[in-house]
Amino acid sequence: MGRKLLLENINVPGINTFDVYRQKGGYRAVEKVLKGMSPEDVVEEVKKSGLRGRGGAGFPTGMKWSFLAKPEGKPRYLVCNGDESEPGTFKDRYLMTYIPHLLIEGMIVSSFALGANTSYIYVRGEMMPQIRILEKAIAEARNAGFLGKNILGSGYDLELYVQPGGGAYICGEETALIESLEGKRGNPRIKPPFPAISGLYNCPTVVNNVESIAATVPIINDGGDEYAKLGIGRSTGTKLISASGNLNKPGVYEIELGVPVEEFIYSDEYCGGIANGKRLKAVVAGGSSVPILPANLILKTLNGENRLMSYESLADGGFASGTMLGSGGFVAFDEDQCIVRNTWNYARFYHHESCGQCSPCREGTGWMEKVLHRLEYGHGKLSDIDLLVDVSKKIEGNTICPLGDAAAWPVASAIRHFRDEFEWHVSRPEEAMDRNYGLAHYADPLPKPEAVAAN
Amino acid sequence: MSDKVKVTIDGISIDVEPGTSILNAARQIGGDIVPPAMCYYSKLQGSGGKCRTCLVKVSKGSEKDPRPMPKLVASCRTTVMDGMEVQNITSPEVVEARKGVVELLLINHPLDCPICDQAGECHLQDLSYEHGSEATRYEFDRRTFDKIDIGDKIQLHMTRCILCYRCVFTADQITDNRVHGILGRGDAAEISTYIEKAVDNDFSGNVIDVCPVGALTDKTFRFKNRVWFTKPVDAHRDCPKCSGKVALWYKGEDVIRVTARKDVYGEVEEFICNDCRFEHKKTSDWVIEGPRKISPHSVISANHYERLTPPSVVRKNPALLESNKEQFERVTKL
Ligand SMILES: Cc1cc2nc3c(=O)[nH]c(=O)nc-3n(C[C@H](O)[C@H](O)[C@H](O)COP(=O)(O)O)c2cc1C
Ligand code: SF4
Ligand code: SF4
Ligand code: FES
Repeated sequence: MGRKLLLENINVPGINTFDVYRQKGGYRAVEKVLKGMSPEDVVEEVKKSGLRGRGGAGFPTGMKWSFLAKPEGKPRYLVCNGDESEPGTFKDRYLMTYIPHLLIEGMIVSSFALGANTSYIYVRGEMMPQIRILEKAIAEARNAGFLGKNILGSGYDLELYVQPGGGAYICGEETALIESLEGKRGNPRIKPPFPAISGLYNCPTVVNNVESIAATVPIINDGGDEYAKLGIGRSTGTKLISASGNLNKPGVYEIELGVPVEEFIYSDEYCGGIANGKRLKAVVAGGSSVPILPANLILKTLNGENRLMSYESLADGGFASGTMLGSGGFVAFDEDQCIVRNTWNYARFYHHESCGQCSPCREGTGWMEKVLHRLEYGHGKLSDIDLLVDVSKKIEGNTICPLGDAAAWPVASAIRHFRDEFEWHVSRPEEAMDRNYGLAHYADPLPKPEAVAAN
Repeated sequence: MSDKVKVTIDGISIDVEPGTSILNAARQIGGDIVPPAMCYYSKLQGSGGKCRTCLVKVSKGSEKDPRPMPKLVASCRTTVMDGMEVQNITSPEVVEARKGVVELLLINHPLDCPICDQAGECHLQDLSYEHGSEATRYEFDRRTFDKIDIGDKIQLHMTRCILCYRCVFTADQITDNRVHGILGRGDAAEISTYIEKAVDNDFSGNVIDVCPVGALTDKTFRFKNRVWFTKPVDAHRDCPKCSGKVALWYKGEDVIRVTARKDVYGEVEEFICNDCRFEHKKTSDWVIEGPRKISPHSVISANHYERLTPPSVVRKNPALLESNKEQFERVTKL
């Protein structure tokens, strides 16, 4: 059994209440921090832990914290990003629902480290039950003296607020989130300045994912060095994976980073294999934004090594043959799934969620969606396939925020790896309406890596 | 001098004040290397960064940190650093990206230039001349909206809007009350208006001048004439509300339109009030200064139609060719 740091006590009855959480050792990290550590010590522990942001980009959390500007006379803010709207990702919701005090404990520790006296948890607007759960948990923590003025007699004050989101995926982008929190339309800001210099109300701000903040609790309890012993290479610690799709046991799993993808899919400890005895065709490994890979490339890298669930291994081969860990939304597709349909579905999502500020994303996402719709419904042309690649290139890298890239990558990667299937939709439109392309060669063993010529 | 920073754009160096954007540095150099700007407006704080037509490549970050920037950047919102090297028209990557942006800006644009009041002074038209491709690859219905009146003087034709947000910033910064903003998301986003309030706002008419396309137009001028048949004249009057410095647009003896004076980049020199714009259309209201200098680039100065063959993007659309015909004939008779 892999070690669990976040979900260790998830099955303890009543762990969602303050009393049970406390009995199980909860809020020890707050005591430790407030009674014997300076904010700099906390930042240092987080740096040592090697924790990388769990919201998608994987930026080292300790480093992000150390960039926070500290001008005199200006408040600093910590904002927790609980907007979780990426298709295929549902780990933050799970954590907030079942073990809300872990997030609150993490918020206190992190706010202390950053010198923030007011912090916000911005939760996706559709998650009203989770918002109520968090508000109840905050009230419990306050009654027990862990929030408010002079926490545990340390002189440190913290107010924690929950803010329901605006109901848009884009409000998960950190600067759009800040705008939304300020009560404005959730448009991403043009960077620079970065939030660390000028964020919420033009004050220095750190935005972190729910899971990143929760992970600071075991880091403080056990020490950064202990945390860094878990995982592999620069992918330290554990990660929550939201597994969905055609799996025997979909759900949220806490894995130690570095578990082989094959083990994650097929072992009984995790997903228990592909449902209904089918074969695996493709995987989206890190939420809808990351490139989709066919079965053979997700299990092995081009060098013939086992692909592991880690930032580096999933990215091995770049976008030509690799993908990204992203937010950990792991979606498995069996042989009956249609890649064209799925690509269209994702494109539809990004078209719907583009904020519309910058022209490549506003116009390009809609165009891609329409072309994919046409392909899926049997009216496509062969030239559409190259057109899609071209439009995706015109969006990628040319936009204000990464949503443009997130919309371009799934399309470009689906065509890169499943071009035959797209072509089949054009050449056999009637057949494509009746049945799916099937597994084809997408799970075939990869060709042996060519021996590199000595030179 | 020593605190100035040196930036090189397409091989041409210039020293500028620290904090200058790449775009403004390029404008100080002038000429072909100035990136086109559809959304940035120097007089509107916070504008820019949205249309992406001004993308450039930073091939050297600065003297201190010579690494190139990983992506193309919006020149209007990127500050120059000492020793920075920028490629605009000398970078094939930039030229390609700009072409892409123009294509994307046009896919949902109605391309109804022949019946659009902005034709001849439309930045999108100019841009598509220079960077557009022959025909669109977009084969779907274009987005359309109903026309909306903003008060009795201004009309919003959202179908033509490129969402540059200039009018939104104008409403925020120039006028007293914000009466308009953006509703909806993505390609369904639209400029919204709080109509009753807009009417009694003294400076609301400026949204017409800042709009780079024909989405916001002067209802008192609509369809009166094509702009290239009119003659602009600088004039002023004593106005208690604004500077009173305007351009009068004459057709024969009649003032058919009053606007602010615009510079080579299409930006107004000074914003004017609605009184001057809408209520003073007699020569006797004004002190005439002389004919307005119009950039030789502009179709207005051409004053004949040759340069206005429909933009290359519509040349293949029979409906638009047909609707242009009458205009061509009128011009050849002139
Ligand atoms: C379109 C878009 C949506 C995003 N949605 C989320 C989200 O729902 N939750 C999240 O934690 N990060 C999201 N992010 C990433 C955030 O911008 C930001 O990088 C993250 O919250 C930083 O936290 P971390 O460093 O702890 O990962 C999104 C980014 C983009 C571009
Ligand atoms: S990339 Fe898309 S979502 Fe991001 S700012 Fe531009 S239009 Fe908005
Ligand atoms: S109406 Fe004109 S000024 Fe306003 S956003 Fe649209 S194009 Fe820009
Ligand atoms: S002018 Fe720079 S992005 Fe529009």
